[in-house]
This record gives sequence, structure tokens and C-alpha cells, in this order.
Amino acid sequence: MSALWVVIVAVTLATVAFKAAGPILAGGRELPPRVNAVMALLTPVLLTALVITGTFGEGGHLALDERALGIGVAAVALALRAPVLLAVVLAALITALARLLG
Amino acid sequence: MTDEAGRGGEGYIAGVRAGLPFALVVFVVTNSFGVLARSLGWGVLAPIAFSVVTFFVAAQFAVAAVMGAGGGVFPAIAAVVLLNARFLPMGMAVGPSLKGGPLRRALEGQTILTTSWALAIRGGGRFDRAFMIGATVPQYVAWVVGTVVGVLAHVGGVGVVERLGLDAIFPAFFLALLIGELRGGEKRTIAAIAIAAALTAALVPNAPPGVPVLAACGAALLGLKRGSS
Repeated sequence: MSALWVVIVAVTLATVAFKAAGPILAGGRELPPRVNAVMALLTPVLLTALVITGTFGEGGHLALDERALGIGVAAVALALRAPVLLAVVLAALITALARLLG
Repeated sequence: MTDEAGRGGEGYIAGVRAGLPFALVVFVVTNSFGVLARSLGWGVLAPIAFSVVTFFVAAQFAVAAVMGAGGGVFPAIAAVVLLNARFLPMGMAVGPSLKGGPLRRALEGQTILTTSWALAIRGGGRFDRAFMIGATVPQYVAWVVGTVVGVLAHVGGVGVVERLGLDAIFPAFFLALLIGELRGGEKRTIAAIAIAAALTAALVPNAPPGVPVLAACGAALLGLKRGSS
């Protein structure tokens, strides 16, 4: 029990610190243009990493499974300029169906 | 999209509305966390407190996985710190769009959730601060309520998220935003995305969770290159 509370407190402190550090470091001052360019690229770069880990998993290997199929269908829908909501619902629906049938 | 100045509370309200569908998903996910935590013998208070103070479900599940498998305090903390570290680059990206002095910025930074952060992206490195804060509110409520219901009522269950395909929702949403960045992006953005994709894919099989996302941020250093801006 006490071990769990130690983890909870440590995890909370780490989360608060990480969330506070970025805005303190990067906000409220004029930054050189090249630093601004790096920060602007953080957004697409983070999205890319979140898509890859969210699609193929982060558990030690890249898994090509039902979820990847669902997100693949969403990708096709988005490429055809489908609305975001439709693409997201399709991703969940196809993933769920593939798991049901698989 | 819009500037916050002169909008009053509209930005926050629009954010709350945008956060609502995600709040539903968060409810189901944290509900299954509550059920899982209860089955691990965590009692009632600890899992609820965990959701109240951390609200980062990937970290909560990571702790459950490590400790549920008999791992100790330090492996659990290490696993979470690696996952949480993504909030540093996310906070740096959103930082210039936040308001006030260091303390206020640090406080506003606490409202960063991966979904809210993504919802607030306005292109060209800009973020809608009020929209992000607003979007976090319903999700936070769902976080706590979902966990409480899971812990107390045991309704829901650990497999529900997967059965409903809800784990596909977040990456599909991020993909939609990424395609937006690609369409409006200059050459350097596209190159950074390609490098980040390759880095992430290469690291997933070889590094602990959290590390691939962090390492991918290195691709943003392409911004240091002189030339196109």
C-alpha cells in the first residue's frame, strides 16, 4: 500500500514539473527566430510520433493488428477529404469489427 | 484561427464543447482503469487519488502494469517519467501561446492533456490557449468520475476499451491533425515529419515506452537550419 502511494506522489510531482517546465522555458520572452522555428516543428513532429506509437503500439514491437487496420481506413478517408469526425468514428468501428470477427 | 483578445469566455466554451466527445472516451478508459486498479488490490482511495492528481491515463496504466507484474517502486516511477517527459516538448510548443508570468504559465501548463493540446493547434506553431484549457475541463471531470465508477461499482471492465475500438480514436484524431500540418507544410515540415516517423518506428522495438516519442522530437532541430522559414 505505502509503495503505491510513493509511486503516486512521485508520478504526480514528475507530471506537474514536466507540464510546468515547457511553458516557463518557452513562454513570455522573445526567442531567436531559429529557436521559434524549432518549436513550431515540435507540433508536427510530436503528432507524427503519437500517430505511430498509437497505431502500431509501444510494447516492444511494431504490431500490425486490427487497430492499425482501423486507422489505415481512417487514413484513406482523410486522404479523400472526409470530415475528421467520420474518420475517427470509422477507425473505432473498423477496429471493433475486425476484433469481433478476428 | 481566432485571436483570443476580445472573445471573452467564448474560447473556453468552444473548447469545453470540443472536449466533450473525448470526455466520453476518457470516461470509458478511466472506468476500466478503476476496475483494473480494484482487481490489483489498490483499494478505493489510491486509484481515485491517482486520477485526481495525475490525469494521465497512459502513466496510470503503466504503473498498474509494472506493479501488477510484481515490479517495485523505482521501475514503476521510471516507466512513468519516460512517458510523462513528452509534456516537456508539448509545453514548449504551446508555451508562447500561454499568458502571464512564469507562475501563471506553469499553472496553465497543468491543463495540457495530449488531446486538448492537439485540439488547440492552430497551425504555424500557434495554439488557442482558451480552447485548450476549456477542452481539458470536461475530460478532467470524466477522468475522476470514470475512475470512481470503475473503482466503486466494478461496472465496465478491462476489455471494453478494446472491444469498442476506442484505442483507435486517439491515433486517428492525431493523424487527421498531422495531415492538416502536411497539407499546409513547407518542405522542411515534411522532412521533419519523415525523420520523426522513421525515428519513432526504429525505436519502438528497441526502447521503453515514452522514449520513441521523445527521441522523435529531435527531428524538430531541422528548424535550426538557415534558409526557408
